Amino acid sequence: MAPLLDIRNLTVEFDTPEGTVHAVNSLSYSVEAGETLGIVGESGSGKSVHILAMMGLLPMPPGRIVSGEAWFDGQNLMDMSDRELRAVRGGQIGMVFQDPMSSLNPVLTVGRQLREVLVRHTDLTGTKLRARMIELLEIVGIPHPEARLDQYPHEFSGGMRQRVMIAIGMACNPRLLVADEATTALDVTVQAQILDLVRQLKQDFGTTVLWITHDMGVVAELADTIQVMYGGRIMERGPVSPVFRTPHSAYTHGLLKSLPDEGARAQRRLYQINGSPPNMANPPKGDPFAPRNPYATERCLNEVPPLRDVGDVPGHKVAAWYDLPALLAQENEVAK
Amino acid sequence: MLGFVLRRLGESLLAVWGVVTIVFFVTRILGDPAALLLPIGASAQDIDALRAQLGLDQPLMLQYVQFLVKAVQGDFGTSFQHGRDAMQVVLERLPATATLALTAIALGLVIGGIAGSIAALKRGKTIEFIVMTFALLGQATPVFWLGIMLILFFGVNLGWLPTGGYGTLSHLILPAFTLAVFVSASIARLLRSSMLEILQEDYIRTAKAKGLLRHTVFVWHVARNALIPVVTMTAILTGELLGGSVVTETVFSWPGIGRLIIQAIEAKDFPVIQAGITLIAVIFVLINFLVDLLYGVLDPRIRSAR
Ligand SMILES: Nc1ncnc2c1ncn2[C@@H]1O[C@H](COP(=O)(O)OP(=O)(O)OP(=O)(O)O)[C@@H](O)[C@H]1O
Ligand SMILES: [Mg+2]
Repeated sequence: MAPLLDIRNLTVEFDTPEGTVHAVNSLSYSVEAGETLGIVGESGSGKSVHILAMMGLLPMPPGRIVSGEAWFDGQNLMDMSDRELRAVRGGQIGMVFQDPMSSLNPVLTVGRQLREVLVRHTDLTGTKLRARMIELLEIVGIPHPEARLDQYPHEFSGGMRQRVMIAIGMACNPRLLVADEATTALDVTVQAQILDLVRQLKQDFGTTVLWITHDMGVVAELADTIQVMYGGRIMERGPVSPVFRTPHSAYTHGLLKSLPDEGARAQRRLYQINGSPPNMANPPKGDPFAPRNPYATERCLNEVPPLRDVGDVPGHKVAAWYDLPALLAQENEVAK
Repeated sequence: MLGFVLRRLGESLLAVWGVVTIVFFVTRILGDPAALLLPIGASAQDIDALRAQLGLDQPLMLQYVQFLVKAVQGDFGTSFQHGRDAMQVVLERLPATATLALTAIALGLVIGGIAGSIAALKRGKTIEFIVMTFALLGQATPVFWLGIMLILFFGVNLGWLPTGGYGTLSHLILPAFTLAVFVSASIARLLRSSMLEILQEDYIRTAKAKGLLRHTVFVWHVARNALIPVVTMTAILTGELLGGSVVTETVFSWPGIGRLIIQAIEAKDFPVIQAGITLIAVIFVLINFLVDLLYGVLDPRIRSAR
């Protein structure tokens, strides 16, 4: 079966006074129908930009889509006219953005902002429309939905606004739900509730989910597949548990070490990856992570590694010239 | 909400009182109207008699208190020049000023609204540059110069429109257009910058992500928010124009409040000056009050803060 979403060779640049920023570099990946893909990576790794580019929401200028295709359900989003794309957005592809504080229009009621998307993509009218709006707020766990519809965003807490955003994103039963750091601004309990909600959605509607986050813990909880991005490229990708158990990229390894494990949770001491993210206006020549990578070889600094199969687990791929499990095993030997 | 209205009402009264007081004392600095009102060579006795008749021989503070007591009742005294109730004289000029001001504001809103929207939506295109150049020119051009040029061209050279005066629609066209140039230029510039700011907002991205039609995004998300500062500016401009656009009214011999007050100042017609300025202050304060109420309608965050 063809994947629901297939991104091929997507390259996005920004023209800035400091020069050309290479935000996304020939990115290719696919998501199967019903799959939940968790995308992680430090700030600036191209997570948001590639989604915006795919959805025709990239500010152009300064942004520029240099090349690429994004096949959704057999159609290339990149070839679509503005009009065709508008029919897909909000309908077949629902989106939830980070920062619930600024993502809702302050002068329109929440009900109105929810109604807009339903009126645009469904045939619902009158009492049926209102019933669906109330149902949606109920699904995302907003108490007293009837009264809440007539309120304005500033009358909602951050967590409640994020729920509204999710209700808008899933309003038209999209086949693909894209959430870009949808829970980052929320406290842990609210975040847990929202993750439950998404799991419920997947169960009930078989929604395909693309969940972008900084939080490896969220990926572990929610995703089937993890995709680690750095410098606008995929560093590693694969089914969640094998990647967590045996990371093959030093960057994934670093991210996992920075996740507080059971024992260290009490101390809350986070492992920090040394160095800072690359300047994408002047990116490293080879593996973008090489300058910060203690395991980097001469080749890493000069040549971009291709994404290759790791071997033992189907779908587990890494972009690295070095063999991380072997290197880690060696380290362990020495330590003993 | 009631508390808000009462507070604003109190502030408004205070503001009007302040203006009236300042005008009263500044007017007294202008000099002695009695000398002006009598023919040249009038005797000192005649002047003194007239001053006593006008109440100008009394101590200043007493005059001020008497003035206030009467002003509260709407009595601003009798015009020295016209020999009639001063407020009456001023109010007779209000229709002319209001016609000119409201026409100019309406024209300016339409032209400025369209121009500002085009400039914001066509950012970086040639059309934005052209629109903004005209807007800058429109804001920078002195009103008297523009007025005179229009009179020379359409009134004198082409003979299409009257060079001045009041009464018919054709009399209104040139002065209204002259003022509308400034108004529309100011509104276009403000609306453009306001829209460019709103276009960056996250909720615009949300609206687009919902797949909304382009005009829905523009009307309900961009324009609806960008309008809020424009309302303030429109109110200020309306207040200014309703106070009489002195230069335009003078250039086009338009019998409005602005021209009346200038004439009253020249003639040291204290009652008319005071009545005129008080009326302007009241109009200004009233408009500001209405704008505050309108703000609550436009912005729910302000409404619930009250
Ligand atoms: N409007 C813009 N102008 C210039 N550069 C931009 C713009 N938007 C994004 N970029 C650049 O593109 C790169 C990728 O940004 P992107 O927002 O995709 O990162 P991200 O992975 O989503 O990060 P975060 O986790 O902080 O959201 C960054 O280097 C960023 O500086
Ligand atoms: Mg992002």
